[in-house]
Amino acid sequence: MLLIQQVLNGVMLGSVYVTVAVAFTLTIGVLNFLNFTIPTLFMLSGMAAWALTKWGIPFGLSQALPWPLALAAAVVMTIVASLIVERFTFRYMKTKYGDATEHAIPLVSSLGFLLIIENLIRIGYGTDAQRMAAVSWDTTVNLGGLLLRAPQLISLCVALVIVSGLNWVLKHSRIGRGLRAIAENPDAANILGVDSRRLVPVIFMLTGLLCGLAGILFAINYGEVSPQMGEDIGSKAIAGMVIGGLGSIWGAVLGGLIIGITEMMTIHFFGADTVQVAVWGLLLVALFVRPQGLLGHHSIGKGKL
Amino acid sequence: MSGYWTGILTILSINIIMAYAVFLPVATGQLNLGGAGFQALGAYTAAFLSAAFGLNAWVTIPAAMAVGGLVSMAIAFPLLRTKGVYLVLATFALAEVIAGVILNTDALGGAMGLSVPDFLDYHVPLIAAVLVTLFVFYLMATRFGLTMRAAHDDDVVTDLLGVSVRGVRVAAFSLGGALAGLAGALYAHTFSFVDIQSFNASLSIYVLLYVLLGGTQTAFGPLFGAAFFTLLPEGLRVVMPELKTFIAAAFHQSGPLSPPDESWRFVILGVLTVLMMAFRPEGLITRSLIERLKPGRRTKRLDVAQEVSA
Repeated sequence: MLLIQQVLNGVMLGSVYVTVAVAFTLTIGVLNFLNFTIPTLFMLSGMAAWALTKWGIPFGLSQALPWPLALAAAVVMTIVASLIVERFTFRYMKTKYGDATEHAIPLVSSLGFLLIIENLIRIGYGTDAQRMAAVSWDTTVNLGGLLLRAPQLISLCVALVIVSGLNWVLKHSRIGRGLRAIAENPDAANILGVDSRRLVPVIFMLTGLLCGLAGILFAINYGEVSPQMGEDIGSKAIAGMVIGGLGSIWGAVLGGLIIGITEMMTIHFFGADTVQVAVWGLLLVALFVRPQGLLGHHSIGKGKL
Repeated sequence: MSGYWTGILTILSINIIMAYAVFLPVATGQLNLGGAGFQALGAYTAAFLSAAFGLNAWVTIPAAMAVGGLVSMAIAFPLLRTKGVYLVLATFALAEVIAGVILNTDALGGAMGLSVPDFLDYHVPLIAAVLVTLFVFYLMATRFGLTMRAAHDDDVVTDLLGVSVRGVRVAAFSLGGALAGLAGALYAHTFSFVDIQSFNASLSIYVLLYVLLGGTQTAFGPLFGAAFFTLLPEGLRVVMPELKTFIAAAFHQSGPLSPPDESWRFVILGVLTVLMMAFRPEGLITRSLIERLKPGRRTKRLDVAQEVSA
């Protein structure tokens, strides 16, 4: 029974990884760009939700906001931040030299943004972890001896709904068709009338939306936010994405859940200290044995960045 | 010399060696986002040999370099099968695994860290940094350095011209690992204490940024990048409080102010990174910049001009 409970906890934990991993996989699948600002966007959303519920808008413009408003504002803020990142990372990427490390330009740029946002938050709110007030509907559901918390269940549902929705958009809508065309061949897509300059921000908006939702759900679930919270979640989401396969949305879902369950099982059998070795060892093995991932397409990301 | 300056010199020397450790793989076209992992390997090798067997630094430092070099060579073969973004992820994952293993090994002190008995003062890292710099400059001037540049610029053509791109990359990666081991060992002996928290993912990111901002085309780049970003915060430490007081005074505030946070230096590093990638993605110091600054070039031009006019 304890084991089943642990698997369930793993799935719940995994649902946070899934949301962030889908954000990673979307940018890498369509734009061939490993966006290192995603962990910070996730952190930004959590910290913003905390700050808004505690103090309200900075400079004393408002009282502390009620939580539904604060959460919505946090998500909107994250989307805006993501669009700013797009303006300065992807917009300026030009092919000039064609050498081996040149594809890393947006990646390095996003590392720069990671430093900027994270340290600005540290300057503003300090480096300590902060407690987030519990929401009113935080109850525990008992399912035949298995305990589930309402916010966790809601996170899982939100993650699944978003991912299915995203999948539908990519498969069936006009925007989705454009995005898939860019993913396949950006130049050909442009020639055939896909306006990539208008579609690329859509990817970043979706990234911001996913990170924003993951951030606020994490804050509600675990009741604690800190400027460092993105590092751990972000790196595990990257691990999940790679295991599932770069560029595959269902791969990211599968990978995120695998990482969540692996983490819980490792804690159950070996203790909390070995989590890092288990998760990263799994990633390393996956990279050496099956670099395209479980559900990934062989060509995406290969030799490109 | 005061303790403050010797401290800065030590850090500067270690950062320069670390920058070259990351530079060598990057110069062959492989981004290494796991520098801290190899530095941790070196630091813990030196610390363990020194603490457990009482060996002196002249034994532990070469041993740390050997461990760094051999481990990276062993890992280079499967690792360099991956390319581009996969390589970045694999090196990143590798550093995390190394950190995790060290954290869980009781003989290495786990989360408590290890203290290192044999103390070295700042002369040793300084001399090591100078030697490493000279070595890398020499290396880049040899035929091997030329093949490294070629592998960076176009691996397919280089392969067609009969250079073993894979061999060059493995060699550069292992040499980088050995240098990271050296940097780690020097760290262990000069700070007399190692703990795994000092070798985290952020360190790998900073070192890679030093190198990329300095420029990867010549051996001047990492030297400049590491020196600039080590000395910048020291300069800011003087300027920032005064700037803050000035701004506060402009807003009619007086009284004691909290000193500005360390975090500002990372914000500045981040802003510079974003700007550099937008306007000068090849790094500050490039091959053409060096050419332009070389003495004698202008006179050569003039000679040609005179010949043409004559």
